[in-house]
Amino acid sequence: MNALSIRNLKKTYNNGFEALKGIDLEVQAGDFFALLGPNGAGKSTTIGIISSLVNESSGSVSIFGHDLKAERSLAKSCLGLVPQEVNFNQFDTVKSIVFNQAGYYGTPRKLALQRTEHCLKQMDLWDKRDTVSRRLSGGMKRRVMIARAMVHAPKLLILDEPTAGVDIEIRRSMWKMMQEVNQQGTTIILTTHYLEEAESLCRNIAIIDQGRIVENTDMASLLARLHVDHFVLDLAEPLAHAPVISGYQIQRIADKVLDVAVPKEIGLNYLFSQLSAQNINVVSLKNKSNRLEQLFLNLIDTKPAGNS
Amino acid sequence: MNYSIAYRTIVTKEIFRFIRIWPQTLLPPAITTALYFLIFGKLIGDRVGAINGVTYMEYIVPGIILMSVISHSYANVVSSFYSTKFQRNIEELLVAPVPNWVILSGYVSGGIIRGLLVGTVVALISLLFADIEVKNPYITLSVMLLTATLFSLAGFINAVLAESFDDISIIPNFVLTPLSYLGGVFFSVKMLPTIWQSISLGNPILYMINAFRYGLIGVTDVDIQLAFMMTGGLILILTLVSLFLLHKGIGIKN
Repeated sequence: MNALSIRNLKKTYNNGFEALKGIDLEVQAGDFFALLGPNGAGKSTTIGIISSLVNESSGSVSIFGHDLKAERSLAKSCLGLVPQEVNFNQFDTVKSIVFNQAGYYGTPRKLALQRTEHCLKQMDLWDKRDTVSRRLSGGMKRRVMIARAMVHAPKLLILDEPTAGVDIEIRRSMWKMMQEVNQQGTTIILTTHYLEEAESLCRNIAIIDQGRIVENTDMASLLARLHVDHFVLDLAEPLAHAPVISGYQIQRIADKVLDVAVPKEIGLNYLFSQLSAQNINVVSLKNKSNRLEQLFLNLIDTKPAGNS
Repeated sequence: MNYSIAYRTIVTKEIFRFIRIWPQTLLPPAITTALYFLIFGKLIGDRVGAINGVTYMEYIVPGIILMSVISHSYANVVSSFYSTKFQRNIEELLVAPVPNWVILSGYVSGGIIRGLLVGTVVALISLLFADIEVKNPYITLSVMLLTATLFSLAGFINAVLAESFDDISIIPNFVLTPLSYLGGVFFSVKMLPTIWQSISLGNPILYMINAFRYGLIGVTDVDIQLAFMMTGGLILILTLVSLFLLHKGIGIKN
């Protein structure tokens, strides 16, 4: 069953900007799905339409088989949204923000109190339940929004850049939490600018650019398309010129630093043997960028708009 | 889907909101109206004498009560809903399966409750200055309720269309307050020159204040049935406008 099904979705804003040019997208139930794209590509508009915050120009959206127009109430009941920016009342307490959201979904008071407690404990916020929300740190505010989105036990959870601006420690704990939620059966759609996050968490991926889906596949297949890895080598001694080794593209980016494009079919062993032969000693090496980032940039740069 | 829970959640949230800030919402009308009764009703009123067979103090009590109901039911919804828009927590309601009529009913109910609560506070204060026996409690309560409903709806529309905090103060300052003062709070419309009497009859607040005055002390300048029909008609129109705005997402959606 599809958790989300989008058909020929278009959106043109009043100022004439065509944000979505007819996208089709399907997300399987139980999936951990990445929706990526550069700023202004149409991600937020797509999420806005799915979550009823933006009116579509045409097309259809259904959530767990419920059409968002024909069965609005049922479709919305399946959805939880963690938006990009803080959007709760800064004067309300943490508990009331989460509890009231349960009420909007028609959850009876007793059950709403139980779920509020459960979600706040899950987000490690129970101790802060009576704190006025404006006094919370940025990371805590994001966790409040996640607790609020989960309080009605949605089957589909959309996380719109949930880790933007939070420190590494909180980001890692949020990853762990997202994986647990997904393992418990909740379908997750994640948008993020941290491609490492998408690569490590998501099983399937769609990339949107200029209002069109330019790629929609599983993460493993996408990563398998990467033929070249880029490595940065730190050298023991400075070099005046980049060495020339057949099969590799090598650039000198500092006196003691080389950037090497390594084709997967050749690998690293031959590179090191040739460097040793030229008396070049390598102290350390690291990936220049993560793999998905490289693919992402290739897709955004090379795919013509319209290839959906 | 049980919409009554969503409705109760919105109303409870609204009540807690204005009770939490009671020094801003409940205390000022008590002080202001006490001063009205003291200065206009007592000090000046003793020199004015009787109007339509009642003392000046008795005459102004209904108008001052209803003026408080009007301004506070309006203020409650316009400030609360605009803040909800401004802080973007309106998205909490838009994402959830809450129909537009439940959103509207919830906010309007909050405005009505605050309007009636402030009206009751002002009525209790008036008892310190005037000895009033309610002539017709049904008319009194129904006019109070309908007026609070009408101005809660007006506040809602103002909040939906407002794009800045300035926009939510323009209508109360430049429309509601003048219309309330010119609506016969402190005088009988029959005291005006003929031309101004005719102009005043275009002011809907005049009808509400006079209907309320009739319910409270049995004195009116207008036809009571016409006052009810006008208020009911305006409520219907503003309800339809509010639902249309919500349906189209004007002012709240992209």
